[in-house]
Amino acid sequence: MTVELAGLTLASPLLVASGCGGTGRELVPYLGEQGLAALGGFVTRSITLDARAGGPAPRLVETPSGLLHATGLPNPGIDLFLATELPWLARQDTRVVVSVAGRTIGEYAELARRLGRSPGLAAIEVNVDALETGSGEPFQAGSVVAAVKRDLPRGLPVLVKIRPDLVRVVETVRVVLEAGADAVVVGTAQPAALPDGRPAGLSGPAVRPLALRCVTEVCAAFPDAQVVGGGGIATAADARSFLAAGAVAVQVGAALLHDPTTAARLAADLTQETVR
Amino acid sequence: MTVTTGERAGAVHASGELLDTKRIGAFRHLTVVAPGVPERFRPGNFVAVSVGDSSFLARRSYWVHRVRPVGGYGATVQLVVDPNGVGGAWLASLPAGSRIEVTGPLGRPFALPKEPVSCLLVGEGYSAAPLFPLAERLRERGCAVTMVVAGADEAHLLSSLEARRSVRAVTVVTADGSVGQKGRVAGVIEEALARSQAEVVYAAGPHDTLHAVAAAAEAHGAWSQTAVEVPQPCATGLCHGCPVPVVGEDGVARVARACSDGPVLRGDRVRWGDLG
Ligand SMILES: Cc1cc2nc3c(=O)[nH]c(=O)nc-3n(C[C@H](O)[C@H](O)[C@H](O)COP(=O)(O)OP(=O)(O)OC[C@H]3O[C@@H](n4cnc5c(N)ncnc54)[C@H](O)[C@@H]3O)c2cc1C
Ligand SMILES: Cc1cc2nc3c(=O)[nH]c(=O)nc-3n(C[C@H](O)[C@H](O)[C@H](O)COP(=O)(O)O)c2cc1C
Ligand code: FES
Repeated sequence: MTVELAGLTLASPLLVASGCGGTGRELVPYLGEQGLAALGGFVTRSITLDARAGGPAPRLVETPSGLLHATGLPNPGIDLFLATELPWLARQDTRVVVSVAGRTIGEYAELARRLGRSPGLAAIEVNVDALETGSGEPFQAGSVVAAVKRDLPRGLPVLVKIRPDLVRVVETVRVVLEAGADAVVVGTAQPAALPDGRPAGLSGPAVRPLALRCVTEVCAAFPDAQVVGGGGIATAADARSFLAAGAVAVQVGAALLHDPTTAARLAADLTQETVR
Repeated sequence: MTVTTGERAGAVHASGELLDTKRIGAFRHLTVVAPGVPERFRPGNFVAVSVGDSSFLARRSYWVHRVRPVGGYGATVQLVVDPNGVGGAWLASLPAGSRIEVTGPLGRPFALPKEPVSCLLVGEGYSAAPLFPLAERLRERGCAVTMVVAGADEAHLLSSLEARRSVRAVTVVTADGSVGQKGRVAGVIEEALARSQAEVVYAAGPHDTLHAVAAAAEAHGAWSQTAVEVPQPCATGLCHGCPVPVVGEDGVARVARACSDGPVLRGDRVRWGDLG
């Protein structure tokens, strides 16, 4: 089953969510013969301008049906990523979506410039949650998207990842679509805290009903928008409920940490469905 | 003589069957049929197990203690489980015949010396498990093997009876003196090193024990290979949630992933002071 997303043809409606597929290589043993080509796409962990070592341990903590995470976005920085990770991903016959995160609007723009010159990626996913000031504010998200779009060559789609916060999700989607987003990903982790009080994201089945509600509202408000849904998807039935709500594609994250074969199983199952 | 890093083997995700479970001291020894896992095993590898109640999303890691053929089942893996905590207590309570989701063999195993040199193996509590197959492998290579087996008390000590066949000498240490010498690894490591004239030291246990062994090895001019245990939420390299502070070959401080860059790391490369 192929789907069209932001002008791209995806082999399956299933993508690996940012930060949950390692560098891609670690997932390969669990994908079967087709490797990453079995999936609709691979979203990288969020890449920043400079290398980040990541935060202190514990970075992930279990909570009922969920995982709390405060990884601190460990990544080698854009230059090393382009030199050591993207070339391998580009050879995998899948859609490579590079997630970017910056502290300032200027950093997002610079990331877009570097990526715009790099072969091998299919799209950019903008993680607006990483902005240091006002990351929850719709107008800030709009400014980031406008800056990224301005510095990208035409034809490289921009996906914007938005927090499934029911109070502002529709407003945020409106603003980022106006700013030029080609698609929206509704399904960031829910804002939460680790037991020690550090800010963290909450992912996994615990957040699925919240994310599904947000996806439903966004699809109803913007019937023509391209929406990717995510949050707590662990089974093909979960994925189908997001697709039924109007999402074009879905992302699976935390479920891969619990069972690395989830992506391949869901992709195969979703393909069967449409053949029938 | 050179000891670099052990090579990772390909891992599989298997729906395994618990063939046999028995209590030995404070631990449970489980024999698991997990097709594909034993065939790829090297000493120092571990497996990741999913807790049966899937509302616990993080995986649980266990050293592979032995790989044994069992009539009619092909090869099996044996694990030593400390029944503390949610996952350990669940695994220890399972009756034979239960199904267990197992991924493995995972992680970088112990690196073996190219020449038949003298080796010292130091293990504490259940963590000594991977040293037994290592001792066999080293002996096959003509290495003289000496062992220190430590534990809180006799119940938390892995039996050295079997090891006596493949090793030259075994020193037993318990914190309460219930068997062997009374004390801890840090108190006997100097003498064990001096007596064995070991050129390579392999250690598995809590961080303070590993640190003491790595420091003593360095002082004696020996290589050390330490099996580091930190929480590994996914255990497959996907989440970056298992940080271990290390120094790279270029002398630059970095953060490694315990589950995929380790868990066996050169003792002189771990920044023990920064490891929580
Ligand atoms: C490479 C490796 C090999 C291991 N081998 C063995 C073994 O052979 N036998 C054995 O009994 N145990 C082993 N452990 C430790 C075992 O994985 C943890 O103690 C276990 O995950 C605890 O889970 P629990 O549900 O029983 O405890 P809980 O305390 O309920 O665990 C809660 C959470 O904390 C994590 N956690 C807590 N303490 C540890 C710890 N010390 N290490 C890792 N994760 C922790 C758990 O994974 C879980 O997410 C190993 C750990 C690692 C990293
Ligand atoms: C360990 C971990 C790391 C993550 N890292 C990122 C990241 O770097 N960038 C990002 O946009 N989202 C990140 N996320 C969020 C996921 O991509 C996903 O949006 C979220 O977890 C909800 O989906 P899920 O419940 O299927 O995981 C991370 C999630 C987890 C669990
Ligand atoms: S535990 Fe997930 S990367 Fe190591």
